[in-house]
Amino acid sequence: MAKAGYSGSYVLDFEQPVVEIEKQIDALEANPSAPRFAEELATLRSTRDTLLTKTYGGLTAWQTVRVARHPARPQTLDHVDAMCRDFVQLHGDRQCADDPAIVTGLARIGPFKVMVIGHQKGRSTAERIRCRFGCANPDGYRKALLKMQFAEKFKLPIVTLVDTPGAYPGIESEERGQAEAIAVNLREMSRLRTPIVSVVIGEGGSGGALGIAVADRVAMMEHAWYSVISPEGCAAILWKEANEKTNTLAAQALSLTARQNLSNGIIDAIVPEPAGGAHRDPRAASDALQGWIIDQLRDLSRVDPDTLVNLRFEKFRRMGSVRSG
Amino acid sequence: MAEQSAPASRERTWEDEGLGDKRAVPEGLWTQCEGCGETLFRKALEANLMVCPKCDLHMRISGSQRIAQLLDEGSFEAMDAGLTANDPLGFVDMKAYPDRIKAAQRSSGQPEGLISGTGFVKGRKVVVCVMDFSFLAGSMGSVVGEKITRATLHALEHGLPLIIVSCSGGARMQESGLSLMQMAKTSAALARLDEAGGLFISVLTDPTTGGVTASFAMLGDVIIAEPKALIGFAGPRVIKQTIRQDLPDGFQTSEFLLNAGFIDRIVHRSALRSEIARLIDFAG
Repeated sequence: MAKAGYSGSYVLDFEQPVVEIEKQIDALEANPSAPRFAEELATLRSTRDTLLTKTYGGLTAWQTVRVARHPARPQTLDHVDAMCRDFVQLHGDRQCADDPAIVTGLARIGPFKVMVIGHQKGRSTAERIRCRFGCANPDGYRKALLKMQFAEKFKLPIVTLVDTPGAYPGIESEERGQAEAIAVNLREMSRLRTPIVSVVIGEGGSGGALGIAVADRVAMMEHAWYSVISPEGCAAILWKEANEKTNTLAAQALSLTARQNLSNGIIDAIVPEPAGGAHRDPRAASDALQGWIIDQLRDLSRVDPDTLVNLRFEKFRRMGSVRSG
Repeated sequence: MAEQSAPASRERTWEDEGLGDKRAVPEGLWTQCEGCGETLFRKALEANLMVCPKCDLHMRISGSQRIAQLLDEGSFEAMDAGLTANDPLGFVDMKAYPDRIKAAQRSSGQPEGLISGTGFVKGRKVVVCVMDFSFLAGSMGSVVGEKITRATLHALEHGLPLIIVSCSGGARMQESGLSLMQMAKTSAALARLDEAGGLFISVLTDPTTGGVTASFAMLGDVIIAEPKALIGFAGPRVIKQTIRQDLPDGFQTSEFLLNAGFIDRIVHRSALRSEIARLIDFAG
């Protein structure tokens, strides 16, 4: 692993120039007479930082999607590790299964005791397959709801971390009522009498994302995406074929970036990421996430449950854009 | 069970006046059944509620046909009929969204993909919403979500049963996140109706998929489906591509869902009015 920054085996094409500079930094640093090159190193680092800021400041929508899917991007359990204490994972929906694509558990974050719920994509190949790459089954959504109701009972606020390409499309997931599970979550989350804070930390794919994201406060990490359908799904339907070109067009059309979702009134805030994306400095990403979550929990802890539920209803009630005749 | 004893076809002839809205069915005198290939006399088919008298296929019908079939004649009063779609995201694919809207308005004769209002079912007053597949595949954008939400709150305020007849490919892509949020909005409104003790009868027709199934359509106190309708979350094509195997026969049909325990009843179109009226008498 290079010291200068993230440069694992997975490099996005638009990151390549940065990686080249980092190779030079690493080579210089490894040189036994490195102290003599202090000036060159400083220049290289500054060039690298400028390039990163420039590249990541002007990502296209499709590039954003690819950053959000970066294999080294911190996932729910990484953030939990970094920002929570005393994590007690709770498993199972008490009906059918324990879906690893959604993890749930009790944790402390700052001064707050919370229920954490989040999609988990998995790291190793075996784990990714087990987690179905973060695509939850109905059992996952039912587990999430069960734990949210636990939180309501014990007056614990809920923190959900969204990171899914979408709910899993499979035979068993249909047999066990994928649509019903998500629908019930939407209805029940709208009336849970405890604060709910959601952050899209990576991918916010459609109903599979919303199924744990009906919250009092919703944010997106700076390079996350959130949309009604994945760019590939949209391209396949509206452009009849999903390829690099149509995916780029679809991603652009879908207004899926954090900034666009903020201006469309779908989210309340953007959590900034370290320069070059969360995968370059997961710790800094978790710190920013933690800071935002704690601020929201502090605000919401002052709101009584009736008002909280009313405000949550009004928040979603306002969403949409219609023309009155 | 009623769904099995319901008549496959009724003793009606073409002399009976069609119940359907003729504007919505601009085809000729004859039509061919997509199920069995039988050539059918259009008026007779309409009189048979657009159910094939030979193979019992429940054909897709327009929103206005559904209203005419479901409600007591002349009892319908539209609500929010003036709401039309904006283009909040400036969405362009192969065509611009406003052009798609205009084309859909022309071809369907409707301003949007859902008709809502009040009316009577066998003398019982209801709030009703019906989706129209001919309008951008019955997709739910802001207008559809808003009309359902308003109708739900109207049912709540006036203590009326709510009936939603779904027929939709899911959330509308052209309004992206705003369409997605309609799932939360409609479900939240239904939570309120539920808390107030209101009755919601969800009627699923061919097809009901995606974000519509994964929100209001699956939240009925009673969920009814027409026979052999395609009902699911993910589309069959997407599932097939994901799992790379063939799907079992009858997958994602009404019958499949009944077996899996996710709907209460399968009801023949000819029995829908009386079934709804009976349910209202129990719970309305």
